[in-house]
Amino acid sequence: MTDLTAGQGDLARIRDDYTALTRRKRVYGGILLILFVSLMAAGFHTADDRNAGGFVDGWRRILDYPAEVLTEALEKSAQLPGHLVHFLPALVETLNIAAAATLLGALGGTVLALLSTRGLAYWPRLIPLFRRIADICRAVPEIVIALVLIFVLGGGPVPAMIAIAIHTAGALGKLFSEVAENASLKPVEGLESTGANWAQRMYLGVIPQVGPNFVSYALLRFEINIRASAILGFVGAGGIGYELRNAMSWGQGRYDEAAAIFLLLFVTIVAVDQISDRLRARLTHGARAGVTA
Amino acid sequence: MSTATTDLDLIHLKHQADRLFTRKRLLGFGLPALVLAYLAYIFFAFDMPGLAARANWENGRTLVADSYSYKTHVTRDNRSGAVSVAVEGERKGTWSDGQAPEWVALGETTVIDLTGGHIVRFGPETVEYDIPGYGTLRATPTRTQGVVTELPPGDLPDWINQSKNRITVTTEAGRLTVTRNRSEVFRYFTGWELFWFTLDSPYHGLSPAELARRAANGEAGAIWHDFWNNTMWRHGDVAWAIGETILMAFLGTFGAAIIALPLAFLAARNFNPLAPVRFAMRRVFDFVRGVDALIWTVVLARAFGPGPLTGALAILVTDSGTFGKIFSEALENVDAKQIEGVQSTGANAAQRYRFGVIPQITPVLLSQVLYFLESNTRSATIIGAITGGGIGLLLTQAIITQKDWEEVAYYILLIVLMVMLMDWFSGWLRARLIRGETARPRKPRGNPEPEPFFLP
Repeated sequence: MTDLTAGQGDLARIRDDYTALTRRKRVYGGILLILFVSLMAAGFHTADDRNAGGFVDGWRRILDYPAEVLTEALEKSAQLPGHLVHFLPALVETLNIAAAATLLGALGGTVLALLSTRGLAYWPRLIPLFRRIADICRAVPEIVIALVLIFVLGGGPVPAMIAIAIHTAGALGKLFSEVAENASLKPVEGLESTGANWAQRMYLGVIPQVGPNFVSYALLRFEINIRASAILGFVGAGGIGYELRNAMSWGQGRYDEAAAIFLLLFVTIVAVDQISDRLRARLTHGARAGVTA
Repeated sequence: MSTATTDLDLIHLKHQADRLFTRKRLLGFGLPALVLAYLAYIFFAFDMPGLAARANWENGRTLVADSYSYKTHVTRDNRSGAVSVAVEGERKGTWSDGQAPEWVALGETTVIDLTGGHIVRFGPETVEYDIPGYGTLRATPTRTQGVVTELPPGDLPDWINQSKNRITVTTEAGRLTVTRNRSEVFRYFTGWELFWFTLDSPYHGLSPAELARRAANGEAGAIWHDFWNNTMWRHGDVAWAIGETILMAFLGTFGAAIIALPLAFLAARNFNPLAPVRFAMRRVFDFVRGVDALIWTVVLARAFGPGPLTGALAILVTDSGTFGKIFSEALENVDAKQIEGVQSTGANAAQRYRFGVIPQITPVLLSQVLYFLESNTRSATIIGAITGGGIGLLLTQAIITQKDWEEVAYYILLIVLMVMLMDWFSGWLRARLIRGETARPRKPRGNPEPEPFFLP
């Protein structure tokens, strides 16, 4: 009997505790929600205030520009194939910038990752240094490096390539390092026992383990870099973005060209997206097959 | 007989192994060779050999030197005889009449001490420059004969550049230029000039201790005002610009998440039985993602004009596609058992979603959104440079003028700090809101981990 009452008292206490906890959680959640909503509202208001055109006005005009471009492109639709061929070299340049930057960035990222992974690093004491270097490379937006390099090296694909490569090295360095942390050290030790030097241990012991993952991340980065290289073209570093800006600054009369560039860019991005999706699926699948074999 | 087959098998196996090895070897050497070949192609396609010729190393040197040092001009107008002292030759950095830094002694003969024994004297007629180890150089600007110079005996050193109407002397202490119309001396200093206060502020040149003393005596507001409205560095505007950039990223990312969440339900197989709607929704996501942020920026800038709202909307539109895809995939991986469990208690549809689905996808959703918040801070900088808003605009403006490289260096530093801060902040928030999200186990502390409390 006494036990039962004690149990009931416990139960009541537990229920009270639980209700109190739930209530507190609700209050916290409510406060957070109100804070979030008011931040969004205030932020939107500020942004709207500081914008040249208002939100409500702009909303009505949002389709004007696409409509203008489309009507002109349709009027001159006979010239579209010609434009597509004309801008193909620029597209190839944009793709080349992205590909070369991804390759260089992946190489740099691999080195940074290996140097900043516990157990693999050549100078274990300098791991924090290489981590910070990767962080800084990642934090610098491509456009900053590109604009400065354009000033020194002149316009063209090289500044864009270097800028994207630096950012890619930082971003991939971090991801690669997370992968490399999970790599087995046994092959590395085995190689060390045969007298292999650091580069050999990494190339023969670590890279084969992490290769598929590295390539998968690099492919993902390639997608992102195509977009980045198009944007950098817009600020003066060659490629399709540069052509787009030229076509746009001419304004009416050249919108058919702008439409052709929009189309090329869109198709390329979607195509690369799809291909890299397939490839990445196969890579992870292939890696699994390798483990079972 | 059986042994023969085994032998055959062995030979076959050995053969197979050999083939495997050959293939691996081919791959092992082929792939790097392919990469090298591609890089070689790029080397010539991007005209790297011609790059050295096109590159302007002088620009590079100015850029680097200017980003950490500045020069003060002392200029004498040779017609009126007036001497003015200005930082970087800018109007905003000019000393008022009769005022000068302590290394310039104004008078009938203005004496400029360039340190290390280098002394320049702007006399009424003649400019003199004492160069240690060389001698005294005299240059007299005249109406009729151009600049008449008297050099110490010997060959003309290569750091003196002389023509009929101009003489330029460049030493490690500074630079002197004399033409018919004016004589000018540059003295170089390390640091960012007038970073705290401009010359017209009474607080210019005071020590930090002195400033602290004055601030304590009730001048803190005035000191802050002079710093915040510094006409050269425009600290107030820069802070606004950074705020705008972060605002763009914040509005864009969270706006996209709010829009993408309901749409993701429409695109998820287990929540929407209508296949055509699902298909249409997915194509919408693909389309929005495929039309790159660049194109959205261009289109939206036409409608909304330059400013942070345009940037926020560009990020919002692009990311709704990405979030829609990620969220719908997360929704398809939701465990049905929890929803059934909630249903078994008699919950209606809204409650099933609220207690069966949302708690399952919140961690994925939040961590993705917070990852994007950091990367969008960078995107907002870039988009700002295109549409004109935020720190991206200030940076492009500073680069286009091609002389304020110290400001460019300052902005780059601020951008890097801003992105790193957002990176840290989003990581911190992720760890707070999602239990077990941090990969590394935390050190046990005295008080237990606080409960995640994002949703009630």
